[in-house]
Amino acid sequence: MVDTRVTLSGIELENPVIPASGTFGYGQEFAELYDINCLGTFSFKGTTREPRFGNPTPRIAETGGGMLNAVGLQNPGVDQVIAQELPRLRQVFRKPVMANVSGFSVEDYAQTCALLDREEQVGWLEVNISCPNVHGGGMAFGASPAAAAQVTRAVKAVTEKPVYMKLSPNVTDIAAVARACEEAGADGVSLINTLLGMRLDLRRRKPLLANGTGGLSGPAVFPVAVRMVYQVYEAVSIPIIGMGGVSSAEDVIEMMLAGASAVEVGAANLVNPFACRDIIRDLSGAMEKYGIQSLKEIIGGAHHG
Amino acid sequence: MREVLYTITYNRPLTADVWEMRLAGNTGAITAPGQFINLRLEGLFLRRPISVYHWDQESLTIIYKVVGRGTEALAAMGPGQKLDALCGLGNGFDVSKCGRRTLLIGGGVGVPPLYGLARALLAAGKKPAVLLGFNTKSEVFCEKAFAALGVETVVTTVDGSYGRKGFVTAALPEEYDYFCACGPLPMLRAVYDATATSGLLSFEERMGCGFGACMGCTCKTKYGNKRICKDGPVLEKEEIIW
Repeated sequence: MVDTRVTLSGIELENPVIPASGTFGYGQEFAELYDINCLGTFSFKGTTREPRFGNPTPRIAETGGGMLNAVGLQNPGVDQVIAQELPRLRQVFRKPVMANVSGFSVEDYAQTCALLDREEQVGWLEVNISCPNVHGGGMAFGASPAAAAQVTRAVKAVTEKPVYMKLSPNVTDIAAVARACEEAGADGVSLINTLLGMRLDLRRRKPLLANGTGGLSGPAVFPVAVRMVYQVYEAVSIPIIGMGGVSSAEDVIEMMLAGASAVEVGAANLVNPFACRDIIRDLSGAMEKYGIQSLKEIIGGAHHG
Repeated sequence: MREVLYTITYNRPLTADVWEMRLAGNTGAITAPGQFINLRLEGLFLRRPISVYHWDQESLTIIYKVVGRGTEALAAMGPGQKLDALCGLGNGFDVSKCGRRTLLIGGGVGVPPLYGLARALLAAGKKPAVLLGFNTKSEVFCEKAFAALGVETVVTTVDGSYGRKGFVTAALPEEYDYFCACGPLPMLRAVYDATATSGLLSFEERMGCGFGACMGCTCKTKYGNKRICKDGPVLEKEEIIW
């Protein structure tokens, strides 16, 4: 039997497969379809201090090998997440969950994280400093090492939980941002968020998305994600959660060889709601095919020897 | 919701750009008329949502308009080919809300789901009437299918080349106690303004997943934020915010 277990900051995961924030809600839609306890964990919908409606529609557009989204962090706000979503979540998911947090100021991030820090089921905080679809926040913090470090320090000051900073690929040097997060005390980094993109409607001669720009995800971004995980692995010694276009067990292995300790699956969930269940099912077979006994042993494997 | 691999039994044009396709396979996930399926198509990343025209235990039929790459790919398929679909999506029309004399108002490619609704209303012992709007005579479809159910069917065309001239709102009957509408947004707005009774309106929006996970199709209503794919596509007249 192969060993699919991995560890993220002292918490063991049965397998490295984690549905990515924004593609899995708070778990309910998928719990209707399969037992989501098969997941390593999942990262819940990006949560902010105040409720947010998000951007006007259309928020979604097709692209070659992927999609653009400009949802704009629609969520019910942290108070309602704690009062309503987490109790419902406990009914369908018995493992520690990853709480994904966004903000519009350093204080915002800290307040939301402080509230989620008290929640027993929250295993990790994943702090999104890379949302490309909101103005005056999000990606602005992930665009500079200094701002990323500032958010990291503010969050670390209010929580005992492991903090993973979710990084933007829309930067010249993602390794520099990752290093700044590590130096500021981050327990790990998650990458990549979506790539800023745009599609135009030829008839209207205007952007397809009401927001104009949106975040590109799906298989099209996989090579960019692998490259960035590879680069960040060389730059930091904290664990990396790799994501970006992952849609098969082979992709999971590739991402781990590049340096990821666990792997998030995003857009694939929207096209195949059973994507994560299927990837987990296929993982043992793929490991055997490539002579892998234990997934832990292949983390960063592409860098050795 | 259920994922089903359907087999196409036929795919034929009804007008220059509207097609009817029958899919054989499990339809157990369908619980109401006005629900939709979400089709996976070769070479495209996102699924394509198409409303169900009608269904029985072994098959369902869709009617779709060719408007882009997804529906072009669909129109190129033929009998025997397989289609992966998520079936039974959306809330659909709540037949129990409909009155005894419900007016079904359809515009263009919004017409098909009203056919399944008409059958469900008849099965529930109600007596629907149908009002269908098209741009011009060559674009008219489904009229005979409604007539074959024995329901009163009025057709309007904007240019007057067939049926009554004008928009559907120019042909609203005197007597109805409820309405259900599906069609382009300007038609829904006009119907909302012109009708005196309560009713249900079915909306369209660009979707990511089609089952409520991605928040790609959210709209504001008086009852709170709703996802067109999961909490809709059918909304009550009273909750709509234009």
